[in-house]
Amino acid sequence: MAGKGIVMNNELNVLSLKNIHKAFGGIVAIQDFSLDLKAGEIVALVGDNGAGKSTLIKIISGVYTPTSGEIKLDGQEASFSDASAARSNGIEVVYQDLALADQQPVFMNMFLGRELTKPPFGLLDKARMRRESQELVDDLDVRIPSASSTISDLSGGQRQGIAIARATHWASKLVLLDEPTAALGVAETGKVEDLIASLKEKNLAILIISHSLDQVFKLSDRICVLRRGEQIGIRETAKTDKNEIVSMITGVA
Amino acid sequence: MTAVKQRLSGFDFQNMVVYIGFIAIFIFFAVTLYDDGFLTQRNLTNIFLQTAPATIMAIGLVFALSAGEIDLSFGSIVAVSALTAAVVLRDYPLIMGVAAGLGVGILIGALNGVLVAYLKLPSFLVTLATMGLFAGIARSMTDLRSVPVMNEAFTGFFGSGKLFSVPSLLIWTVVAAAIGHIFYRHTRFGAHVLATGDNPRAAQVTGIKVPRVRLYVMMICGGTAGLAGLLYAGRLQAAKYTLGESDLMTVIAAVIVGGTALNGGKGSVIGALLGSLLMGMLNNGLILMNLKVSDQMIVRGLIILLAVAVSLRDSSR
Ligand SMILES: Nc1ncnc2c1ncn2[C@@H]1O[C@H](COP(=O)(O)OP(=O)(O)O)[C@@H](O)[C@H]1O
Ligand SMILES: [Mg+2]
Repeated sequence: MAGKGIVMNNELNVLSLKNIHKAFGGIVAIQDFSLDLKAGEIVALVGDNGAGKSTLIKIISGVYTPTSGEIKLDGQEASFSDASAARSNGIEVVYQDLALADQQPVFMNMFLGRELTKPPFGLLDKARMRRESQELVDDLDVRIPSASSTISDLSGGQRQGIAIARATHWASKLVLLDEPTAALGVAETGKVEDLIASLKEKNLAILIISHSLDQVFKLSDRICVLRRGEQIGIRETAKTDKNEIVSMITGVA
Repeated sequence: MTAVKQRLSGFDFQNMVVYIGFIAIFIFFAVTLYDDGFLTQRNLTNIFLQTAPATIMAIGLVFALSAGEIDLSFGSIVAVSALTAAVVLRDYPLIMGVAAGLGVGILIGALNGVLVAYLKLPSFLVTLATMGLFAGIARSMTDLRSVPVMNEAFTGFFGSGKLFSVPSLLIWTVVAAAIGHIFYRHTRFGAHVLATGDNPRAAQVTGIKVPRVRLYVMMICGGTAGLAGLLYAGRLQAAKYTLGESDLMTVIAAVIVGGTALNGGKGSVIGALLGSLLMGMLNNGLILMNLKVSDQMIVRGLIILLAVAVSLRDSSR
């Protein structure tokens, strides 16, 4: 049963972007972008500052609507009116500047916007949220003092761990990561990278933006290069090298 | 060792200020004003009854501050609501007066809320303006005249009445605090209020309807101010444009001392209740000390300054 499911998922693209175009007034941020993503696959999105990487992620996650082009989710045409519409379709984003509420406990952040309640009065089921959060972070080996800890008492790596744990908990299809380790130190980056690598086993499709080519080569199956909104090309990570990617990013041969 | 440190940092200093301050001031007055009757049951009950409107407003303000907004207009709403109820009660039964008074409060709150949530104007400026606007409207409503409230059901319910020998104002205070606390701490709405004040962008990307939360907290402030207006009108058996006029500082101080952050994301309804009682105790004590009104104001101002400074000391770390 499980095996069959995986085979089917592998045949079908979780996400399919075709000829995506996005302009802000006169500025063309993305032109003619196409990409297919399969379950259990990590694709890295690289390019210089202002290349349009964040814009692309915002288009997929419903923050921006593309000026033209087609987005398909599991083969179905999809257009999300806002971020929560994308979220309810199984797409989660981990932002570079963490979308966590700092003064709230871990478990409330884990269930932010999707708090669990219990009958008969529909009051918050804090015990269950606490327990499930603990299981989630334990499962992903994110080490925090407790699920009741306040976010602001945690380190950058722990926070990003929480953000990723939250994303994987709620994502049924696709996790988008926008420079998830940009604000982290070396040791913390290593931990978060391990965490991202472990998401493959959960059969999620993953699109990660990163400025670190070491990271990109360590994690990804394919690499997609953007330059000033233009899609330069897609390479299989195993069949390319840093030199080629760098010259694609800079346009200097 | 780290566990202990964790415990200590989890031990909320800001929330403790109000308890320590409460007990300290209580003991101080109990000793120095013993002969003046501070400790008599009558005086203590009085403190509770006199602070009832301020406590109710403080509970509303906890929601607004926690969502990262502020309401400066609630004093003016008190007057408009009380006058509206008093005028309606001249010709209509209890229920109509109550509905009109509360309704006007909620409506003004909704006006504030729409300007804040959907026109994205800062609540500080919006409510500074509506504070003046509705202070003026309260004055013009009855040409500065006081309106007596004869409806005995009303004055009983919102003023001097008792249920099983418990004063109605005490019941209002306790019920409002209990409902406020449950909504704040144990509902999805309360969680969304805190998240909105803490990090609006995080709240928004997780699907929380941030503008709606902002609208609702301003409406809650309007509603609690409306209820406070009814309580004033009930206790004094009259409504006047001056009602609520001098509550702004007391209520904000009560909320801050009670552990609610000025910039959102953190707060306590129970703390606001205690903060409000603390302010009431202070008022009462200063009056019993026979201080001139001007001296009372000076001392109260200084003590509030001290209390707020101590409460906020920890949050600037
Ligand atoms: N909301 C916006 N309004 C106008 N221009 C924008 C907006 N968002 C991004 N841009 C522009 O689109 C281009 C791509 O930006 P971005 O996607 O943030 O790049 P990257 O994430 O690759 O650094 C930039 O030129 C940027 O100025
Ligand atoms: Mg970016």
